[in-house]
Amino acid sequence: MALEIDRIVAVRGERVVFGPLSHCVAQGGAALLVGPNGSGKSTLLRILAGLGRIEAGAVRWMGEDTLADRAAHGARVAYVGHLDAVKPALTARENLGAGAEAGLAAMALDHLADEPVRFFSAGQKRRLALARLVCREAAIWLLDEPTLGLDTASVARFGDMLARHRAAGGVVLAATHLPLPLPDAMELRLG
Amino acid sequence: MSLFFSIVGRDLRLSLRHGADTLAALLFFVITAALFPLAIGPAPETLARLAPGIIWVCALLAALLPLDRLFGADFDDGTLDQLLLAGLPSALVALAKALSHWLVTGVPLLLVAAPVGLMLNIDPDTLPVLLLGLLPGTALLSLFGSLGAALVLGARRGGVLLPLLVLPLAAPVLIFGVAAADATAISQDPTAPLLFLAALFAGALPLCPLAAGAGLRSAAE
Repeated sequence: MALEIDRIVAVRGERVVFGPLSHCVAQGGAALLVGPNGSGKSTLLRILAGLGRIEAGAVRWMGEDTLADRAAHGARVAYVGHLDAVKPALTARENLGAGAEAGLAAMALDHLADEPVRFFSAGQKRRLALARLVCREAAIWLLDEPTLGLDTASVARFGDMLARHRAAGGVVLAATHLPLPLPDAMELRLG
Repeated sequence: MSLFFSIVGRDLRLSLRHGADTLAALLFFVITAALFPLAIGPAPETLARLAPGIIWVCALLAALLPLDRLFGADFDDGTLDQLLLAGLPSALVALAKALSHWLVTGVPLLLVAAPVGLMLNIDPDTLPVLLLGLLPGTALLSLFGSLGAALVLGARRGGVLLPLLVLPLAAPVLIFGVAAADATAISQDPTAPLLFLAALFAGALPLCPLAAGAGLRSAAE
């Protein structure tokens, strides 16, 4: 199993958010996190990225504990959170940094490449945040409501991105309330 | 290494785009220093005597101004998560931020300190020693500042807490920096206080980013 979640428990304040939770995702596999608001979907994604804290259990990638070397694990992960993490003062190309061309092409933002992002609409900013996934060349994609605010054409393009990533052996975990272009994704129910 | 410099380069580019924010610290430095002759009187001897202290205190306060946004901006828009996932240890992320703070705030302060010193009628022999002290001094302020900024990240009213954390840390820097300039003014050897500054820098360079990195991690949690 590529990504192995082994009996993890997440605690916020004094309250157990979820757990113990176990799940496995094979290479090229996908998991859809479903559950009501506050059930810990975002918390789980942040834990898998190595950003969040777990009280118990372990997350393993190819049998290796991901918390052992958080910097190395970070390089394996591409994370899209609620926030787009784009700088309005920079152009789309500058926001993406290395490998910008592939990302801009994947999300059809080529024509806006040298436009400052402060002129972008909310949906275009979201597309830019998703374009970063392609630039990162990471094996694990962690997506928190990725298609929020996207038009149908962009969702289709995003579906192609996901399919290519999984065909190359990548892993996708996504939390969403909207239908995602992720065929045969396992459901992981929280809460 | 290229990742490290891409963080620095990105920050420098952002500072250029937000030119007004970048200049604010510098203008603050010039204006606060210019207030002293108005407050303590324009007597040239008094000003010359106080000039190193005035410049150090003003530089210290000016360096604090942009600290609030050093990590705050990245924390608010989600960029901090991306930085922590860039594949660098969090300490190096913090060091990159400290370096960009120094390049954007410390170096300009260093450049403006000379004309401001002359404005305050500083002794021409003291000026080079003052600047020599400000060189590690401003770098130390960036390191301590990044430490403080990382620690208060995500805290309510962090901007108020920040000077309370950083200013005590900066006190030794101020003491040795002014001591070096004062020693020259009374024709003594300034080597010892300058070496103390260098030693502080050598200690802070590895320790501050480590602590700041841990602060960034816990802010992200």
